[in-house]
Amino acid sequence: MQEHLVVSASPHIRDDVSVRKVMYSVVIAMVPAIIGSVYFYGLRALFLTLLACAAAVLTEAVIQKLRGVPVAVTDGSALVTGILLAFNIPPGVPWWIPVVGSIFAIAIGKQVFGGLGYNPLNPALLGRAFLLASWPVHMTTKWLPGRGGTLSGLSLSEIDVLTQATPLAIMNSARAIISDPASTTHQTVQAVKVVAHLGSSDAIANLFIGNVGGCIGETSALLLLIGAAYLMFKHYISWRIPAAYIMTVAVLTSVFGGTSGLFTGNALFHILSGGLILGAFFMATDMVTSPVTPRGMLVFGVGCGILTTVIRLIGGYPEGVSYSILLMNIATPLIDGRTRPKKFGEVKPSG
Amino acid sequence: MSVMKEFTKGFYDENPVFRLALGLCPALAVSTSVENALGMGAAATFVLIGSNMVISILRKLIPAKVRIPCFIVIIASFVTIVELMMGAYLPELSKSLGIFIPLIVVNCVILGRAEAYASKHGIFLSALDGIGMGLGFTFALVLLGAIREILGSGKLMGYMVFGPGFEPVLLMIMAPGAFITLGLLMGYFNTLDDRRKRKLKKDASS
Repeated sequence: MQEHLVVSASPHIRDDVSVRKVMYSVVIAMVPAIIGSVYFYGLRALFLTLLACAAAVLTEAVIQKLRGVPVAVTDGSALVTGILLAFNIPPGVPWWIPVVGSIFAIAIGKQVFGGLGYNPLNPALLGRAFLLASWPVHMTTKWLPGRGGTLSGLSLSEIDVLTQATPLAIMNSARAIISDPASTTHQTVQAVKVVAHLGSSDAIANLFIGNVGGCIGETSALLLLIGAAYLMFKHYISWRIPAAYIMTVAVLTSVFGGTSGLFTGNALFHILSGGLILGAFFMATDMVTSPVTPRGMLVFGVGCGILTTVIRLIGGYPEGVSYSILLMNIATPLIDGRTRPKKFGEVKPSG
Repeated sequence: MSVMKEFTKGFYDENPVFRLALGLCPALAVSTSVENALGMGAAATFVLIGSNMVISILRKLIPAKVRIPCFIVIIASFVTIVELMMGAYLPELSKSLGIFIPLIVVNCVILGRAEAYASKHGIFLSALDGIGMGLGFTFALVLLGAIREILGSGKLMGYMVFGPGFEPVLLMIMAPGAFITLGLLMGYFNTLDDRRKRKLKKDASS
């Protein structure tokens, strides 16, 4: 009788959700994008992804062993970090890039702080930031063109030959040429033409399917959305962060992203290009590093959206998803503290 | 406390960088290579010995209320000597250390030793403290510098460490590399200390 009367601390609701279950669901949700990356960039993409996963899981196991805590690599969290890290590197990098990135992500991004649940920053994004700062040449030039497609997703193949850049990078340089008063008329006309091509329905379709140059898992909006829908259906991620994030980017880029004045930007291009879909659904929603309150999630998403747009349109990098999520990760405790829901029955103190 | 202890405490027990967390600004900023670290360490050690000795001599003359400005004037004099000497005889090093040489004036290790030690002890012990602390500071800088130089530029004291295939970890010679290396080293020294304390406790109880 005694054991039936034990009172434990809340929460009292019993559910069969576990870290393991959530993490493996995330892995399942990323499978379409992995298959897509193999289709677009060949087996090399899979090879790099597996290397990143192996390095992440191994690092986690070794460090947990050294720390003297239970080795819990089978919970799948290191596996998720490995896949996400691989999704954030170009498919043409040398093999050691994902390995070093994963080791850094797990060791410095996660285990140093105490392991799963204690890391203030998304480990995979921290790994990417480390790689980008350390080997900028590999991380910004080793793109591969999609299958039968072009790097830029445009049919103008001379752009690929000239720039070797992804759609976002081309958009960035075209915008720079247009806004630079020193550009010749010929350059400006060409740049305007390029911007128009980038926003054409052909190019947008390529972006949606993912048949363009980019990081391994970020290009295909379609395949990522399939995975995201699965996670939402399972209630492992909330609609709030992705919706707030993407809507903010859409509004800001359509207002300020144009090259001929306000309200001429192409929001669809900015939503589908770069790592926005991957970041919004798979990385900004990381349970450990994003707010838990409903209002906080909206604030977090809007913050990510503003930062991403500012970096893309004004900053030096063509892409700002990873840095904006990392910056908002740091703000998460602050957001959670400020958006705490009112207690039920709480009355405004009068006086 | 034995005389020897006064000298060696700067290396480990009271290492300014790893244990006291003092003088972190130059430790982070100039530890991009062993050469810079040695230069900075030598300059700081010289100032530390000089200022410790002079402050110790004058400790009974300096009124307590204005002691900090007095210490700063003494420290600044020695820093000026170092700055001019380095500019004259080691122009290369002086250039690569740049603003961090004049900034030794506000290095908390030096003011900290003046306040906590030299103003309360005799000239001999103060000089010893200065040498020990200076060498401890240099040791910390060189350790940081060696790790960052090896990983961040693939060299040690300017000589290549790895084969030509090695691509340096640029992050390590940038600011984040300094913070990460320092944090890990501090953690390591704290672990050593914890282990030693636990052992002492165990020995005492058994």
